[in-house]
Amino acid sequence: MTTTELTTPAPPLGIGHRIARSTWGSFALSRLGGLFLSLALLVVLTFLIVPLIPGDPAVAILGPDATPEAVAALRKKLNLDLPLYEQFVLYLQGLLSLDLGNSFRFGTPVTALIATKLPYTAQLAFASILVVILVAIPLGMLIGVLTRGGRRPALALGFGTVAGFLASFPGYVAATLLVVVFGLWLKVLPAGGVDSPFAFVLPTAALAFGPTFAVARVVRQETYMVLEQDYLRTARGRRLSTLRLYLRHALPNLLTSTLTVSGLILAGLLGGAIVIETVFSIPGLGNEVVNAIIVKDYPLIQGIVLTIGGLAILINLLIDVILGVIDPRTLGGSSNG
Amino acid sequence: MADQRKRIPASLIAGLVMLAVLVIVAVLAPLFLSGAATTIGPESRAQPSPEHLLGTDSLGRDNLSRALVATGLTLLMSLAATVLSVVAGVLIGGLVWVVPRLLREIVLRVVDSTVAFPSLILALVIAAILGPGTVSAVIAIGIAGIPAFARITSNMTAAIAHKDFIVTARLLGVPGIMVFARHLLPNIGGPLLVLIASSFALSLLEISALSFVGLGVQSPDFDYGRLLNEALPSIFSQPLQVVGPSVMLIFAGIAAMLTGDGLAARMDPWSRGRRRRARPVPLPAAPSAVPDALLEVRDLTVTAPSGADVVKGITFDIGPGEIVGLVGESGSGKSMTAMAVAGLQPEGVAVSARTMRLGDLDLVKGSDKSRLARDIGLVYQDPGGTFNPALRLGGQLTEVARVRLGHSRRSAHDLLVKSLGDMRVRNPEERMSQHPFQLSGGMLQRAIIASSLVTNPRLIIADEPTTALDVTVQAEVLRILKRINRDEGTAILFISHDIGVVEALCDRILVMRHGEIIERLTAAQLRAGEVEHPYTRALLDATPRLTEMPVTPEMLETSKEIPIA
Repeated sequence: MTTTELTTPAPPLGIGHRIARSTWGSFALSRLGGLFLSLALLVVLTFLIVPLIPGDPAVAILGPDATPEAVAALRKKLNLDLPLYEQFVLYLQGLLSLDLGNSFRFGTPVTALIATKLPYTAQLAFASILVVILVAIPLGMLIGVLTRGGRRPALALGFGTVAGFLASFPGYVAATLLVVVFGLWLKVLPAGGVDSPFAFVLPTAALAFGPTFAVARVVRQETYMVLEQDYLRTARGRRLSTLRLYLRHALPNLLTSTLTVSGLILAGLLGGAIVIETVFSIPGLGNEVVNAIIVKDYPLIQGIVLTIGGLAILINLLIDVILGVIDPRTLGGSSNG
Repeated sequence: MADQRKRIPASLIAGLVMLAVLVIVAVLAPLFLSGAATTIGPESRAQPSPEHLLGTDSLGRDNLSRALVATGLTLLMSLAATVLSVVAGVLIGGLVWVVPRLLREIVLRVVDSTVAFPSLILALVIAAILGPGTVSAVIAIGIAGIPAFARITSNMTAAIAHKDFIVTARLLGVPGIMVFARHLLPNIGGPLLVLIASSFALSLLEISALSFVGLGVQSPDFDYGRLLNEALPSIFSQPLQVVGPSVMLIFAGIAAMLTGDGLAARMDPWSRGRRRRARPVPLPAAPSAVPDALLEVRDLTVTAPSGADVVKGITFDIGPGEIVGLVGESGSGKSMTAMAVAGLQPEGVAVSARTMRLGDLDLVKGSDKSRLARDIGLVYQDPGGTFNPALRLGGQLTEVARVRLGHSRRSAHDLLVKSLGDMRVRNPEERMSQHPFQLSGGMLQRAIIASSLVTNPRLIIADEPTTALDVTVQAEVLRILKRINRDEGTAILFISHDIGVVEALCDRILVMRHGEIIERLTAAQLRAGEVEHPYTRALLDATPRLTEMPVTPEMLETSKEIPIA
């Protein structure tokens, strides 16, 4: 009988040790790999903008009435006479020395232009992300807790319907309506510009509006899931206070799944920021890139797309790091997460 | 095909009706309203009137007519972009599984990387290449939607690519393309449909966004986005002009959202149907019938959300220092009984009893949280799921000591380290700072026992504590429970489906079936095979006896204990 006891399996201690030591290392490596690939994709994509212009890019940029001399000069300036790979090498060299060329329209360095525009867009996007997180998570969790296990069916249905409706409000429509209501009828908030700190209230609200309700819906669903888990029963078995039960035991797990699901929504806010700047005449990257596309200012387009893409990568990375901190399981690190 | 008879979700009906309204508007509005929408009239920015319900724009055109006529172009563009996304995305996502592995890896990594970017970035790039315009907007948004479809198709294909019928088809030499079209595609249709609905909504809103910023539809053509763009400069003089396109955009967005939600609900039976709550059976409280008992349960009824009684008025008691086994097959109500006694029944489950007390502690009301936490120790079935995966072990194990016994962080820590050591957990200090996923199941189970002993409970409820463990670890956990019972005099309610284990550990055994206790035995009776109910007999016959039995009473009494790391 005791023979079974003697053939005790090898202690799994070593495995635990190895995981504990290497998680951040392998995490960093796998994320860096993903990060590098995203960056590479972004660089290739922006590089291809000019070569992919149908017909002769120089003619397309200068218009049909341009003289052959002017076209030839521009071709030379854009390195269009070189083979594609040499163009790419030159483009990369420029990027590495942070030289994105001069704007066709303004004649000034693209990097300097972006430096003056970036703060507006970044501020708008990050403020909105903050609002989404700070409103959607408590709201979704509250509704989830109140309607758990079939409690208050009317509230569950009402919230689902209303949040679903509000989540389908596109940001620019919400922005337009907010301007009409608060800037025009009530006259309590500035309807545009960047002159007062209050000028950012409406743009931030408009940008955060839809995503807040979209994420709140996700949070509610995840709350139901978390509350059904065995470890929450264990916590209930310790007879903790309601607050401690939900904040200490449910919230961290809720954040993990919520952030995983809503990462794309948050990165998508950047796209929304570009559009919303139009409504409020905010002199950020969005307004600038739209103008640049209309007047075919290609160096500026490339620079701004690179910047916005870089911001998106940054947001994704931030979410990954936050996930790693609150739930080390995610560090276990599959590359296709 | 029970699916065919399922009720169609209300949101799907509402969404489809709204989409139908949009299509009707798209077809009819140009026939009747294109004159009013495009003819330049005398009244610039007119106020609402019977002829112009939403007033006119700066060129005197009727705002309402323009909003309705714009529906056609908006829907057509969204449809075209969606078709482009779906066709290209599904082809890429499906075909990667019939191409060489290396190519597949590369394509999937690229797809993953693009999903991280907001789709508007890709749209901007394409608008920059092709120049602003209707076709360029459709291509831009269409291409931007490809990665999502490629990803979902690839994921779902991966899930079924190794199923037998696919492997068979490939072994039979069916060409890759045929396998994809004939076998894979039909199997991923459902989730794809849901994504198409949401993608259509997204395309509509994003194309409108491009038009709105001036990169999409150009004058004199107009879609919703273009109308909103034109309304913006005169927002102060003619705010009504934004109403038409705004309302139409929201209407279309909600229509697509409802359709998508409805489709998703129809595909996934779990998301449907309201969760229900059971109502407790009202029972008058009764005085104690067995005052000597430590745990007394009279007429315990547990009602599931479906309204069915999973425990049907059972009565039992446990004396001080006694180990009582509750045995039965899954679904017999034994775990429900245990959780109801602990007051930890799942959401929506109702519990009622005439009497349920632990000593002088009323378990029916269960209002004295502090005493509940201290007097009842709990050991659960699956040690992996018992711990909060996001929190370190130390914080979880010391919680009761800190919150209920008033220990400081430090002294609770020391208490637990000692208790873990008593349970023969190696390196207890180090364990405290680890996360649950870093420990084995047997170790977690001993950790939870250690933490439940800290309060010196009067009763330990152990709900199949050994089921998820392998045999040697099982024996160790049982031995620990036996030792606690012997040394501390702690009573144990032990739930198991394994009558052999129960026989080895328990003083008395209750056999449960269909929510009722069908036989009450002492360990001696069970060992002697003196059972009356045929069901108990069947349970016994199904258990390996004597030499084959993994656990015997003697084994549990042995003083030689081997630590299992």
